[in-house]
Amino acid sequence: MQFVAKVYVTPKPAILDPQGKAVASSLGSLGYQEVSDVRLGKYIEVRLDGEDRDQASSRVDEMCRRLLANEVIEEYRFELEDAAA
Amino acid sequence: MSAPKWGVVVFPGSNDDRDTLYALETVLGLDAVPLWHASSDLQGVDAIALPGGFSYGDYLRAGALACFSPIMQAVTAFAHEGGPVLGICNGFQILCEAGLLPGALVRNRDLQFICRTEYLKVESTGTAFSCQLEKGDTLAIPVKHGEGCFAVDPDTLASIEKNGQVVFRYAEGAPNGSLDDIAGISSEQGNVVGLMPHPEHAVDALLGSTDGRGLFESVARWLEGERGGATAAAQGASR
Repeated sequence: MQFVAKVYVTPKPAILDPQGKAVASSLGSLGYQEVSDVRLGKYIEVRLDGEDRDQASSRVDEMCRRLLANEVIEEYRFELEDAAA
Repeated sequence: MSAPKWGVVVFPGSNDDRDTLYALETVLGLDAVPLWHASSDLQGVDAIALPGGFSYGDYLRAGALACFSPIMQAVTAFAHEGGPVLGICNGFQILCEAGLLPGALVRNRDLQFICRTEYLKVESTGTAFSCQLEKGDTLAIPVKHGEGCFAVDPDTLASIEKNGQVVFRYAEGAPNGSLDDIAGISSEQGNVVGLMPHPEHAVDALLGSTDGRGLFESVARWLEGERGGATAAAQGASR
């Protein structure tokens, strides 16, 4: 089966995110006074083959831990979808 | 022993490899060879420098992709055996990504690329790249980076401080937002050191400072100490 993993990587809450702050400040300048915080992260799509959903999911989790995210400074989560869908 | 032979790793996107080789060979008169990223042959070197630059275009995260190159597998094994490894700027980022040093380097607090001379206070002389320096000395060494803000969880930070793994601190406050004004740290054993400032740009008086020389010159003393290390440890234990 082929899957698409949609991986979201964001800076940990405790880590300074100056890019997010700069974007938040620009949104404020545009008049979006309702914005209180912006965190800037990454979105990664991984297309992969797997025996089943569980197996593919555990492989993607491993990829996240080993390369896609740096757990010292980042958090990750992902959604796994059937590639055909 | 004879002067240590250095290897300077060259990744696609490294840009201080030539300057580091120049500092070692031409200025300090040491034997130094470039080590290509796609090879795992360390060519019998005694010490390794990971230079500054933008290895693999800084894709994904600075230093993240360089970790998995063939040369880094060899460098990691070399470091685990106690070999001296110095990471400068992007080299520091690579050592953190490879897990050879704790923490990570993130975007500078004020988002600016900082390029200027900084003053570094020597905090630890128990490393392969600072054993010839004096604790408390101030060194004038240039920085040039956009992602040099040292970040780590509070528990690890406390243990780095407690173990004396902070080697250099920005004397006038971190320009990039680094925790505890940290400019450079070492592994627990002291054989691996990473720092954001560029000692290879501070070896020639013509360029304003020669304060970087001591980092490279420390290695010879460290390697001598290692050979006499068994005796020193025995003396230490008998005291």
